[in-house]
Amino acid sequence: MIAINNASVLFNQGTVNENQALRDINLNIKEGDFITIIGSNGAGKSTLFNLIAGTITPAIGSIHANGRTITREPEYKRAQYIGRIFQNPLLGTASNMSLEDNMMITYRKGFKWLKRSLNNKMREYFRSELVQLKMGLEHRMKENLVMFSGGQRQALTLLMMVLSKPSLILLDEHTAALDPKNAGIVLELTDKFIREFKLTSMMITHNMSHAIEYGNRLLMMDQGEIIFDVSGDAKKELTVEKLIEKFHELRHRGFENDRALLSE
Amino acid sequence: MIESILVEGLIYGIMVLGVFITFRVLDFPDLTVDGSFPLGAALMVQGILLGMNGWLALLIAFIGGVLAGVVTALIHNHLKVPNLLAGILTMTMLYSINIRILGNRANVPIIDKKTLLSDVSSRMSGTIPDEYILLIFFVIVAVGIKLLVDLFFRTDLGMTIGAMGNNEQMVVSQGINPKTLKTIGLGLSNGLVAVSGAFAAQYLGFADVGLGQGIIISGLASVMIGEFLIMKSNRIGVLTFCALAGSILFHAVMYVGRYYGYVIQMTPNDLNLIKGLLIIILLVLTQSRKLNMAAIKAMVQK
Repeated sequence: MIAINNASVLFNQGTVNENQALRDINLNIKEGDFITIIGSNGAGKSTLFNLIAGTITPAIGSIHANGRTITREPEYKRAQYIGRIFQNPLLGTASNMSLEDNMMITYRKGFKWLKRSLNNKMREYFRSELVQLKMGLEHRMKENLVMFSGGQRQALTLLMMVLSKPSLILLDEHTAALDPKNAGIVLELTDKFIREFKLTSMMITHNMSHAIEYGNRLLMMDQGEIIFDVSGDAKKELTVEKLIEKFHELRHRGFENDRALLSE
Repeated sequence: MIESILVEGLIYGIMVLGVFITFRVLDFPDLTVDGSFPLGAALMVQGILLGMNGWLALLIAFIGGVLAGVVTALIHNHLKVPNLLAGILTMTMLYSINIRILGNRANVPIIDKKTLLSDVSSRMSGTIPDEYILLIFFVIVAVGIKLLVDLFFRTDLGMTIGAMGNNEQMVVSQGINPKTLKTIGLGLSNGLVAVSGAFAAQYLGFADVGLGQGIIISGLASVMIGEFLIMKSNRIGVLTFCALAGSILFHAVMYVGRYYGYVIQMTPNDLNLIKGLLIIILLVLTQSRKLNMAAIKAMVQK
């Protein structure tokens, strides 16, 4: 569905600080895939997402979506079919607006005209969808989002993104900034929505056991390369130890990731 | 005295609504205002001198302001010029354009000409006491514009513009080009500023290229006074009301400065200093109020 061919990303091109953030990436995302991505800091995980979302364009290589070349398509155009959730829960919603206004803005993608769509029918619909989050948000439709916790906002962003039915969703460590309880709730919801709506998705995580537990395919990244791509039964048999061993075997050095080990 | 404060406050209040849109809703400090205010005045005056219908001249002034805002937005969006500089560029260019519109003159009087205001005055005279005619007229105009602005920000488009000022990434994630929204917001804002300038020219009886000098500071001070005195809210209707009320209060302060300033040896030349100091004082007060609020919250939580 979305394919990346031989893409490389260079930062500070042509200067002494030139840094190859992604090297010759080839990736074919199939419809219905739920890909988890692990890798140490600076491995290029977020850069890969930026590349897919259109925040950056590759120095060489190309990106295709459903047979169309989208290498130079700007981020806002790709956002029509690619949904993205960031680590920072504040990036998905507007703080100084009410919950219902936020839902109205995120309900339909694309340019909006001089029409007032927020009516009681819409409110009723939003309320019925909010019930799924089991957070009691359906009783707080008029409140400003400033009053909501990071977990609630992240869950809301997730719900609104799912309702817009994107072809691909990118989850960039979307539970990392939340407290353990909320992180658990949001992750559960993510898994539930992905199964329920059969969403094609990619999730970056620092937690290796989550990467193994969720999804049908796992990518391991290091120094701008995808070094290990496993799916299906082979992925089901993975354990954290096996992954670390695999990393050592491929790169001849230890997997430096304290958080991954600590979060066991 | 009180009527002239209110009338001035309401005329400039339309401009304050524009400044509120850019500074507070869009989070785009737009300095085009210093040029689009006299642009509105110049277009209106020239329209009147050409014998145009007053409302048509007002519409042309509005469109002129919209275009000025669009130019700033285009400079900022496409040439990646910082927002402040983009505004200053347009403002500087408008100075020359305004002189051109006024027929290569810096000041054009319309004292004895038929304007929208003289029209309203002559029509209403007799039914309402003369000194209240303009006041009532401007209450209707300013409140009407305020309600239209409220209505705009309740539409899907208006809400999205509001969200962009708060979180540009969110708007991008919705598949909307934030550049388009900025262009619309800046156009609307400067259109209102030009309308305010058009009314100011008729009220003062002339258009002057210097009319816009420091107008952004007056607008900002008004917005801040309104925000400071009235409870914080996220309701657009309350916020625009604050902007209008702030404008009236600001003009009350300026009126006192202008007519009673001599008591402390103040001259009209000191007014710009007073405006600046007023903003600084308001900033200090808002900061200390925020700190106090935080302290109280911390106490309560303990």
